Amino acid sequence: MITYALIFAIGSFSLGLLLCLWRVIKGPRVSDRILALDTMTVNAIALLILLGIALGSPIFFEVSMLFALVGFVSTVSYCRFLLRGDIIE
Amino acid sequence: MTDNLPLWGEIAVTVFLVAGGIFGLVGSYGLIKLPDPMTRLHAPTKATTLGIGGVLIASMIYIFATEGRVSMHELLITIFLLLTSPITALFIAKVHLHMRERPDTLPKPEDSEGWASFEADGPARGVRDVMPVEPGSPDKTR
Repeated sequence: MITYALIFAIGSFSLGLLLCLWRVIKGPRVSDRILALDTMTVNAIALLILLGIALGSPIFFEVSMLFALVGFVSTVSYCRFLLRGDIIE
Repeated sequence: MTDNLPLWGEIAVTVFLVAGGIFGLVGSYGLIKLPDPMTRLHAPTKATTLGIGGVLIASMIYIFATEGRVSMHELLITIFLLLTSPITALFIAKVHLHMRERPDTLPKPEDSEGWASFEADGPARGVRDVMPVEPGSPDKTR
């Protein structure tokens, strides 16, 4: 039962990743692209945790923590660059 | 994968995994479905809170049911995501406001002078993709 639920969850998060990629390619404004990239990191974190359940390995929690950190910092620094023309003033 | 798991654990993990998958898909589908940027900002919060939350709760229950210990990594990830997602949303909304709107294209707030974000920062100047600002308007920041 867990196997099918894992397959369903991995499939839906992968489909979500593809939808976000479509928004990144098509998105008319740069704010849409930043939002779609941020959602892509969120979906990638979910996929990593699901992979950790499927393979039974605790190393994926550290990887997803790093993904969360890097995704947050990159989103905020890109927004900061667009707003101020500089990241660290 | 499905070794020696009691029935309650299996049912709980399945329910949370399916719920998390549905919410993640809904969040990403709303990102391409909703019509304009400020409404699009609303959709991925479901993926962040409920989708990731469901998956993390499923992982906690799975580890507790198989190994009998409470795993703390999931709580760390949840707390970090819940702390950072409002900041991310605020920054994206600010980018949209400063690059695509001006104070006179926005609804006027009641009981105050105007939009505090515009008064504090002035127009965005990262990329020249900005709406033209009138020549007389002062740039207060520098």
